[in-house]
Amino acid sequence: MSAPQHTPTAQDAGLIGCTVCAKVWPRGTEFCGRCGEPLRSRDTRSLSRVWAYWIAGWFCYVPANLYPMLRTQMLQSDQASTIVGGAIDLYAHGAAGVALIVLVASVAIPIAKFVAIAYLAISVRRGWQTSGHRRMQLYEFVEFIGRWSMIDVFVVAILSALVQLSVVASIHPGPAALTFALSVVLTMMSARSFDSRMIWDSLEQDSAPEEASPADAPIPEGPSA
Amino acid sequence: MEDAALTPASVAGPPDTDDLIACPKCDALYVVHVPKSGERAVCTRCHHVLIAPKAGAVVRVATLSLTVLILLVGAAFFPFLEIRVQGFRNASSVFDAALAFSGPRMVGLSIAVAALIILIPMLRAILTLYVVTPIIADRTPFPGAARCFRLAEELRPWSMAEIFVIGVGVALVKVADLARIEFGPAFWMFGALVVLTVFQDVSMCRWTIWHELDSRARRAGIRLT
Repeated sequence: MSAPQHTPTAQDAGLIGCTVCAKVWPRGTEFCGRCGEPLRSRDTRSLSRVWAYWIAGWFCYVPANLYPMLRTQMLQSDQASTIVGGAIDLYAHGAAGVALIVLVASVAIPIAKFVAIAYLAISVRRGWQTSGHRRMQLYEFVEFIGRWSMIDVFVVAILSALVQLSVVASIHPGPAALTFALSVVLTMMSARSFDSRMIWDSLEQDSAPEEASPADAPIPEGPSA
Repeated sequence: MEDAALTPASVAGPPDTDDLIACPKCDALYVVHVPKSGERAVCTRCHHVLIAPKAGAVVRVATLSLTVLILLVGAAFFPFLEIRVQGFRNASSVFDAALAFSGPRMVGLSIAVAALIILIPMLRAILTLYVVTPIIADRTPFPGAARCFRLAEELRPWSMAEIFVIGVGVALVKVADLARIEFGPAFWMFGALVVLTVFQDVSMCRWTIWHELDSRARRAGIRLT
């Protein structure tokens, strides 16, 4: 028996798998009869949507770093700080750990996310043969980590609500809070538009070789209880 | 945790589509084989967990949802944090934090923050209860159960209570040398909530719930969608 070339997919079998509930339908079925999700063997416009959200997200991310996120008014001072400026302030106050959290969540993660999504989209388009498993892990990581960039928006919300002490001290949100929140949402939508099944379609050989050839494996009676 | 092996379906002669499952992430096609309680059926190609039934999981999901709902109502309106500086004091609830972005351009952000930290988690808990209660009571699913469960799943990444909690931590450090902070009851409610939400997501096997909905609807002769 030869090594497996390709794990049989629903597409190979002339079927469509539902991406929400995993149920399988004959090709041509429009909606999943179990969960109601529109069925597509492959989402052909997936990449266009990925790039549209990606570009929109980038357009929001740039001003988010240039404009102030917070305005702090104290008795004598009135100070506006950007994302990076806020992290530097934290570091100057001796809270290096928290400064690091802010930097990772609002600078490192968003930029890594932009790079990772672009890499995945290009790799699928060009049919690169990089390990499917590796790219799948990257995709799941992007999906998991994306939401955490909202930390800074929440910090601004909490501070603005809490620190309202008339003349002594008050904190107000800056314009960057809005554009930053938008950029997080848009990159989340970009990642969600990506159809991860395309990663595996472009591979000529699955990366996890197993001894027995799945295509020759017997089909037991499926206990569908 | 044991991983049970799934048999890839043969491309040549697929059995009835009811006995098949397609991996939502990579489209690999398998014959459904429900693993024993506590075991997981994992996609051999992309390692996505397809089926992971646990005894009593549905009841646990329901009780957790109910608890989350009660905690959310409390956490939203009870004082969350209190700040004191030189005789000035201000207590704020989570609801206040959500409404901190005032002004014409920031209203949208206020609504979004309220949705992300209170409304969407609340809606998800209600939808989940609506879906699983009939399964526990061994009755036919409520009308629209499939649509509700699909919406609850769709909203999962947008439910950000746990991220908000980390945001609170960062905000506390930022004002620590400015003022004295006291924790209100809602702070602890929110903390408990985050732990419960994680538990709920871990203990829920989506495929089992879809399968239960489907087979109950069939037995009663009604359509799910």
